[in-house]
Amino acid sequence: MAIIEARGLARTFKSRKRTVEAVRGVDLTVHDGEIVGFLGPNGAGKTTTLRMLTTLLRPTAGTATVAGADLLANPLDVRKKIGYVPQAIGETMGGTDPSCLVIEELLDQAALYRIGAGEARQRAELLAGQLELTGLEQRLVKTLSGGQRRRLEIALGLVHRPPLVFLDEPTTGLDPQSRSNLWEHIASLRSDLGTTVFLTTHYLEEADVLCDRVFIIDHGVIAAEGTPDQLKRRISGDVVTLRVAGGDHGTDVARKLLADQAVVREVSAADGTLKLTVERGEQALPALLRVLDAADVTLESINLSRPTLDDVFLTLTGRSLRDAPVNHAAGPGASGVPADATAKE
Amino acid sequence: MNFIRDTLLVFRRQERLALRQPAWVIIGLTQPILYLALFGPLLKGLPGASLGGGGNAYRFFVPGLLIQLALFGSTFVGFAIISDWRSGVIERFRVTPVSRLAIMAGRVLRDVVTLVVQAAVLVLVGVAFGLRAPLPAVLIGFVFIMFVAIGLASVSYATGLVVKSEDAFAPLINTVVVPLLLLSGIFLPLTLGPGWLQGIARVSPFRYIIDAMREAYLGHYFNTIMVEGIAVAVGMAVVFLWLGSRVFVQENA
Repeated sequence: MAIIEARGLARTFKSRKRTVEAVRGVDLTVHDGEIVGFLGPNGAGKTTTLRMLTTLLRPTAGTATVAGADLLANPLDVRKKIGYVPQAIGETMGGTDPSCLVIEELLDQAALYRIGAGEARQRAELLAGQLELTGLEQRLVKTLSGGQRRRLEIALGLVHRPPLVFLDEPTTGLDPQSRSNLWEHIASLRSDLGTTVFLTTHYLEEADVLCDRVFIIDHGVIAAEGTPDQLKRRISGDVVTLRVAGGDHGTDVARKLLADQAVVREVSAADGTLKLTVERGEQALPALLRVLDAADVTLESINLSRPTLDDVFLTLTGRSLRDAPVNHAAGPGASGVPADATAKE
Repeated sequence: MNFIRDTLLVFRRQERLALRQPAWVIIGLTQPILYLALFGPLLKGLPGASLGGGGNAYRFFVPGLLIQLALFGSTFVGFAIISDWRSGVIERFRVTPVSRLAIMAGRVLRDVVTLVVQAAVLVLVGVAFGLRAPLPAVLIGFVFIMFVAIGLASVSYATGLVVKSEDAFAPLINTVVVPLLLLSGIFLPLTLGPGWLQGIARVSPFRYIIDAMREAYLGHYFNTIMVEGIAVAVGMAVVFLWLGSRVFVQENA
């Protein structure tokens, strides 16, 4: 069953002089129980889409059903059913007040969802346990470490046991240890509670580790979607690097042989090394080796490398995710489309 | 019903946060008390007639200081909403089922309560300096400044949420508040001034409210000045409350 179903979702911002189409028509289907990653360079429309799906921004076109309620006709029912954890780095922070106690934030959040005092206490205690916040209840938020504060913000998004939770850049700005710790917590949201997770991220590794499916947004439209493996296969193919014995002659022979193979898309030679782009490298490799063996070509070394999500991203958007600044408050994106932070206005 | 519940929830949260940092409430009181102590004695030297009769300078001066307290206290509350917006708290609340209007109303309620407490302290200090006014007049004065605070705080929060920058907010508020304050005859009676100044002062709504409060302090509760004051106070509160709530309730903020 689909828990998010968006069709043609679009948002246009009008400023004094020009009209910016931040999101130009996004189609999304997310199924119950999935962990879905939403990737895109700054200014691609990522945050704007997320803000539309969480009722913070009204779409200028399109329709969507989120957690069983119509986004446009019934945003209040959407709010009751979703959890939202804002991004913690950038123009605005993750949603906790530095002068509040941890327990106050948890209880206030429960009250916002009209959960009674007794149940709120139970929920707070349970969440504190699940997200390793036990013992920190009486601490001021501003005294928490980055990882602790982020876990509190995620706990706030879960107080009312939402079937669907949106995490905006959940691990940005955290150290690697806190990040992998948080990955475990996010994975257990689904395994323990059956929660559907929709997250945006700058870290391809994060999408690779956590997500069942990935959507890549660029220039306000979905540029690609699929499992991380599907995307990698579809876009780049695998790269096989060979070193052939016997100098230039050997390399030449091998090159001609390999270029004739159907699975090989591209061959290039440099400094006695052959570089092949092949589809499904792990399946193609044995056959290629047999061909070379039959022609008495001796190999010195062979290497198969899978493309990374970053290669996929680069191919699709012409930009590397790693180049994207961590801070969303940074200026307009490379394409001249305003950065996500600007689109928040 | 949900709206009242939500408003009280936001009120309790903001009240808790304010009590955690009571310094601001005290700092807000320091200025009017300084005026009372260091400026009030000067008024005693003025001829009695220019202070609207009665000869009691503090019956003239305290209502002015109460308005000053309300004016400054309430217009600067928008600062706090900018930091709340920056910490992501506003956005977090907006994604919950809580009434979006209550996000503002609960804060305004907290500001009104704070102001009344400050005003009570100010009046008591005034009494120590020699203020003599009937109790109903003091209570009527409180009602007036409550209306002022409701309107100004709402508009201040809305402005803060639209401007989203302390650097832009402070000069903006100062530009609006200081002329209004000067044109309201808070420190000296406007009747001392030339005709053109009295003419311009007619545009300051606070002028009508102060005049009405001073009438009350003199024991005059039923006359046109009072009716004008009430009409302006209620009208201003309603218009500003409506303007402020539009910003909070709109779909995109």
